[in-house]
Amino acid sequence: MSSDSIRLDGVEKSFGAVRALAGVDLHVAAGECLGLVGHNGAGKSTLMHVLSGNLTPSAGELSVGGAKITGNWTAAAAQASGIRCVFQELSLCPNLSVAENVRIVHRSLKGLGWKKRASDLIRAKLDEIFPGHGISPEDEIADLAIGKRQMAEIARAFTVTDGPLRLVILDEPTSSLDAVTAEQLLAYVKTETARGTSVILISHLLGEILSTSDRIVVMKDGKTVAERKARDFSRNSLVAAMGSEAHERRQATAKILGTDVPVLVKARPKTGGSTALEARKGEVIGLTGLAGHGQTRMLLQIYSRDHADVKGAISFIAGDRQSDGIFNLWSIGRNITIRSLKALRKGGLIDLAAEEKLAEDWKTRMAIRTPDVNNNILTLSGGNQQKALFARALGSDAAIILMDDPMRGVDIGTKQEVYAMIRAQADEGRTFIWYTTEIDELSHCDRAYVFRNGEITASLGHDDLTEEKVLQASFAETAA
Amino acid sequence: MNQSFAYLKKQPWVWSFAAALAVWLITIAYTEGQGATAILTAALSFATFTIIVGLGQMMVITTGPGNVDLSIPATITLSGVVAMKVMDEQTAMIIPGIVAALGAATLVGIFNYGLIRLLRIPPIIATLSSSFLILSTAISYGRGIRIKPPLPLSDFATARIFGVPLSAILVLVISIGLAVVLKRTVYGRSVLAVGQNMRAAWLAGMNVDRTRFATYVLSAFFSGICGIVLSGFSGGAALNMGEEFLLASIATVVIGGTSVAGGRANVPGIWGAALFMYLLVTMLNTFGASAGVRLILTGLMIIGVIVAAGGEEQR
Repeated sequence: MSSDSIRLDGVEKSFGAVRALAGVDLHVAAGECLGLVGHNGAGKSTLMHVLSGNLTPSAGELSVGGAKITGNWTAAAAQASGIRCVFQELSLCPNLSVAENVRIVHRSLKGLGWKKRASDLIRAKLDEIFPGHGISPEDEIADLAIGKRQMAEIARAFTVTDGPLRLVILDEPTSSLDAVTAEQLLAYVKTETARGTSVILISHLLGEILSTSDRIVVMKDGKTVAERKARDFSRNSLVAAMGSEAHERRQATAKILGTDVPVLVKARPKTGGSTALEARKGEVIGLTGLAGHGQTRMLLQIYSRDHADVKGAISFIAGDRQSDGIFNLWSIGRNITIRSLKALRKGGLIDLAAEEKLAEDWKTRMAIRTPDVNNNILTLSGGNQQKALFARALGSDAAIILMDDPMRGVDIGTKQEVYAMIRAQADEGRTFIWYTTEIDELSHCDRAYVFRNGEITASLGHDDLTEEKVLQASFAETAA
Repeated sequence: MNQSFAYLKKQPWVWSFAAALAVWLITIAYTEGQGATAILTAALSFATFTIIVGLGQMMVITTGPGNVDLSIPATITLSGVVAMKVMDEQTAMIIPGIVAALGAATLVGIFNYGLIRLLRIPPIIATLSSSFLILSTAISYGRGIRIKPPLPLSDFATARIFGVPLSAILVLVISIGLAVVLKRTVYGRSVLAVGQNMRAAWLAGMNVDRTRFATYVLSAFFSGICGIVLSGFSGGAALNMGEEFLLASIATVVIGGTSVAGGRANVPGIWGAALFMYLLVTMLNTFGASAGVRLILTGLMIIGVIVAAGGEEQR
C-alpha cells in the first residue's frame, strides 16, 4: 500500500465518558476522493480533528505517505505534511482581510510585497475554483457573507507555496454555498484529485457524495461500518448503511388555503424591487436564489419589523450558529429555554422546574444527543447544537418562525424529522419563512420567492420548485 | 463530603474567600490573636462600600467586552453631596435627602447610557467624560460644604448587631436579591446573554437596549446608595470620597471570578474579593510596611489570586 497518502489504524478518542472514536481504520490513496458520511455525532468531525493534529488520539497509529508518525502529532506537523482542513466551524480570522488570512497558513509569504503575493495567490485560486466569485483579497472577513467566507476558506486550503499539498479535508464544504458554487467546487475536487491530491469529503448531501467520491466510508457510533466504491452505493443503500430509513418523500401538493386565512407577514425588501413577500397563517414559504442575494436581509427586516407588516410573535433560527445562535457559556438547557423565559415566569420569577421540563421535553423531541441538558452547549456536535436552536424556536410561543438556512451540518435522518415537524407545526397554524441554499429542501415549502440582487425576482408555486426552474429564475434579469 | 469539596473547588469565588481567610489568619497569628474579631468587624464595615459599587460594576462588565462604568467615584461624590446638602443636618429631611441623592445617581446612569447609545461613544470614554461633568456639578452644588450627616443616618451607618455592621446586612440583602435577579429573572438572563453574544441575544428575542440601559442605571443607583451611607459613616461628604472606589470596584469584579469578557457574573466573589483587599491592607499595616511596599505587595497578591482562580477555570 505504498500509494497510501494517509492511513489510520485503530484510532480511538474519548472525551471523558463519551467515546467519540472507538477504533477507526481508514486509508486514503493519493489522488483519491474519499466520501465520509454518518449521522451527527458519529465521530466524523472528531476523526478529522485527529487527522489535522488538533486532537491527540487516545490510542492507535497514524502514518503519512507510508511513514509512521512516532513523535508528537500537532497541527503544525499536519500542516507541514501537507494536510489542510476546511472545518464546519469556519476558522478564518474575522478582523483580517482574505489575503492576510492566507499569510497565516503560508509562512513563506514574507518580506516586502508579501501582501501582493498573498493576494495574487488567493485571487488565482478563487478564480480557478469559483469563477465569478466576487471576492476581493482586500475584503475583511467580517464583512463577507457566510457563503463567501466559506469560499475564501476553501480556496485558501488549496493554495500552494513551498510546502506539499497532500490531503485536503472538506467538512460540509457546500453547507453555505448555493447550488451553482457548490457545483463549481465539486467539479474542482475532481480536477484536483486528477493532479494527485487526496480529498476527504464530508457531507450530509448524499447526492454530492455519490457523484464526487471514488470511494465512500460510512461511520456510526465512532466506528467505520461500511466501505465500498462509490458506484456500488445507491442513495438508498447508503442511507441504510448509516442506519436509518430513506424517506424520500416529496410533499405531494401544496396546501390549499381558504380566502379567510389571515396574512401574517407582508414585507417588501428594503433593498429594492416592487414585489413584496407575503406569508399567510400556516404556510411554509421558501426563500431561494443564489446565496447572499438578500434572503438573510429579508429575514432580518421581518424580524426587526422594519417596513414589514407582521402580526404575531417571531422566533429566529440562525444558520450561522457561532455568531447568531448559541451562547457558549451556557448549558444546552439554558440555550433552549432563553426564547421562552417570559412564558416560564411565575410571580415574576422564572420557574426553574418548568424551565428544566421544557428543556427535557425538547431534548427528547429533537433527539439531541446528550446524557444531560445541564452539560455545556459546546459538548454537542455542530448538528446537535443546531437541533438545540430548533428546540429554542419550536418550543417558544412564536406564531412565525424565520429560518436562516438552518440545516447546515444536520444529518439526513434528523433533517427528515425536522421537515416532518415543520409540516406538522404548519398544519397546526404556525407560519415558516425559510431561507435555504439546498434546492431539495424547497420541496417542503408551499411557495417560494427567488431573490436576486436584493430584489424578489420571481414567486414560484409548489409545482415549479424544481432545480431547473429555480436556477432559471435565479439568473433571470427580470421577474418571470 | 468529597463531592461537595469538588463542587466548591470549581466555584471561582472560592479563591477570593480562601485568600481573605488566609490573610486574616496570618494577621492574627502575627498579633497573637489580638483583635481577631475587631479586624473582621472593621473589614465588614469598610468592605461594604466596595461591595455595593462592585456589584454595580459586575453587572456592567457582565454585559460584554468594552462595558465598564468609570463614573462610579464621581457618582458616589455627587450622591453624598446632594444627600448632605438636602438633609442639612435635619432628621426630618433624611428621606427627601435619600430620594434626591438616588434620583441624582439615577440621572447619571441615564446620562451615561445616553452617551453610549445615542452618541455611540465607547463606554470607557463615555463614563470617563461624564465623570468630569458629574464631579464639576458636585463641586459647584456643594461649594464649601462641611455639613454633618443627621444623627440617625450616622447611627445607621455605624450601627452593629452582635458585632455585624447594619450596613453590611443591608448590602447582604441587596446581594442576595441580585443573585436571584441573575438566576431567575428575564432581565438577569438577558444581561448574561447579551454579555456572551449581543447579536445572538437580540435574535433570541432579548431586548438588548433595555438590558444595557437598566444595567448602567443600576450601577449608578448602587453608587448612589454607597455615597449616602458613606457620608453617614464618615461624618459628611467630601469631594474625594469616591476616589478609591474606581480601582476597587474593578479589582473586586476581576478577583471575584466574574468574567472580564462578559456573560458570567459572580455575586459571592465580590464579597470575598472586597474582604480580601481590605484584610490585605490591614495585614500589611500590622506588619508596619511602608506605603510603597504596601502597594507593591497588594499588586502582587492580587495577581496571585487571579492566577490561582484563572488556572482553575480553564478546561
